[in-house]
Amino acid sequence: MRYAQLATRNLKTIWRDPLSLGLTVALPAVLLVVLQALGGVDTFFTATVLAPGIALFGFVMLMFSTAMALSRDRESALFSRLLTAPLRSNDFVAGYSLPYVPVAIAQGVGIFAIGAFFDLEIKGSVILVALVLLAMAVFYIALGMILGATLDVAPISGAYAVILLLTIFGGAWVDLEAIGGVFRSAAAAFPFAHALDAVRAVMIDGAGFADIATDFSWVVAYTVGAVALAILLFRRKMAE
Amino acid sequence: MSAIAAVGLSRTFGDVLAVDGMDLTVEEGELFSLLGPNGAGKTTTIRMLCCLLRPTSGTATIMGHDIQTDPVAVKRVIAVSPQETAIAEHLNAWENLSLMAGLHGFGKERVKRRSGELLEMMALTERAKEQARKYSGGMKRRLSIAMALVSDPKVLFLDEPTIGLDPQSRRGMWEHMEALKGDTTIVLTTHYLEEADTLADRVAVIDEGKVVALGTPSQLKEGISGTPVTVVEAAHLTDDALAALRQNYSEVRRTEAGVEIEAVDVALYDIEDCLRPIGITVDSIYRKQVTLDDVFLHLTGKQLRE
Repeated sequence: MRYAQLATRNLKTIWRDPLSLGLTVALPAVLLVVLQALGGVDTFFTATVLAPGIALFGFVMLMFSTAMALSRDRESALFSRLLTAPLRSNDFVAGYSLPYVPVAIAQGVGIFAIGAFFDLEIKGSVILVALVLLAMAVFYIALGMILGATLDVAPISGAYAVILLLTIFGGAWVDLEAIGGVFRSAAAAFPFAHALDAVRAVMIDGAGFADIATDFSWVVAYTVGAVALAILLFRRKMAE
Repeated sequence: MSAIAAVGLSRTFGDVLAVDGMDLTVEEGELFSLLGPNGAGKTTTIRMLCCLLRPTSGTATIMGHDIQTDPVAVKRVIAVSPQETAIAEHLNAWENLSLMAGLHGFGKERVKRRSGELLEMMALTERAKEQARKYSGGMKRRLSIAMALVSDPKVLFLDEPTIGLDPQSRRGMWEHMEALKGDTTIVLTTHYLEEADTLADRVAVIDEGKVVALGTPSQLKEGISGTPVTVVEAAHLTDDALAALRQNYSEVRRTEAGVEIEAVDVALYDIEDCLRPIGITVDSIYRKQVTLDDVFLHLTGKQLRE
């Protein structure tokens, strides 16, 4: 349970920066209000279709926060001190990533609560929607850990832009079905389109677990892979 | 069992050999000082012993645990105070201390008692509940040192611990190190020669990644005691005065405050008698004590502060 000490420290650090925390939680919900208002008659720009994509946008912000917090720490003497404590690499990954999970949940709840005012509808299981989005939240946070463990503070902004674009063109705010072709095939190589397809299928068509199993497997595979890579990178960082 | 036993410890960074086949043995409860100029390899040695850097070759054990094969066991018995201030800025002093103690698996009661003692010792009690980012540089430094002490380590690495401390806090830190000696093995790197001279049981003089001398401060100083040096401080020392001194002594060096005379059997009143007839008043005369800086100069041809 030593990781809990580190997680508590990181949670306090997040909590004691209320401006960043407020923006991270509130901005996605505000974006949902703006985008669905801009959409007009376009069926893609409805709260139900947009909400899962905006949730991923919120998680990209979390990825950035995780990466920046870890990278800043790595440049500090405190991190050297933490590395001399009897922690294993998985303790470090848990200690840095777990504090962002409640923030991700707060983002998701905020988006869906605001969406409810704009006819957001979930025909299928709410738990299934939450499960897929939670897996994606962990994926993005793990991605933040990977970036934070390997990059200095400056290049993280560039990596953030790349992941944001992949998320947007992975179907968050772009209708992949309308574009189709190579673009749709390329998007299928990443977890973003799979997660969005799965969540939208549950929300719009009332799909069950069996219907989204393939898409969900993609999401889980990427998430497990990202967490494993983060642990591996930390193991290497711990004794250079 | 030795607290630290290093055999052939080496580390290269590219083509640069930072630590070159270092053999070291530090006994339990000993205060052992690594002395050397910047870039000598002190911090690299400490980083390897703390499992932060993998040795290129050689190895070491800390309290019997191998730094390469059992780093977690090593980390359970050590604590480090790095050269830079290493604190969590958004936590207060209590929380910083609780963090480190908790990472070492301490219970709440023990954390509370030990943290209270350390906050008192470091004069941080009054502001212990304020976030550390609001502290002055000195307060942050004191908190950083307290964080190394809170887990009651068996082996404590202090890398330039008193840099940035005011004289009062430095004195307090020295007293605390004295009190820890015997129970805790301490490895100290310092630029303050008097710190090593006063506190260390043994000193390893390091230059270019190698131990060039090892012994108690007295042994090291005795090892170089050659011809005694007499320091003469006098204002307005003229060339005539220098010439007069050189008639009696072959080795006379001019200094900022006067002259240094390297010779045996220098009678202090003889010097005064020599200078008085040409109108020079001597402010002070004393025998120069050999310092660890002299030891280093003697061994390497360099000064520690170069």
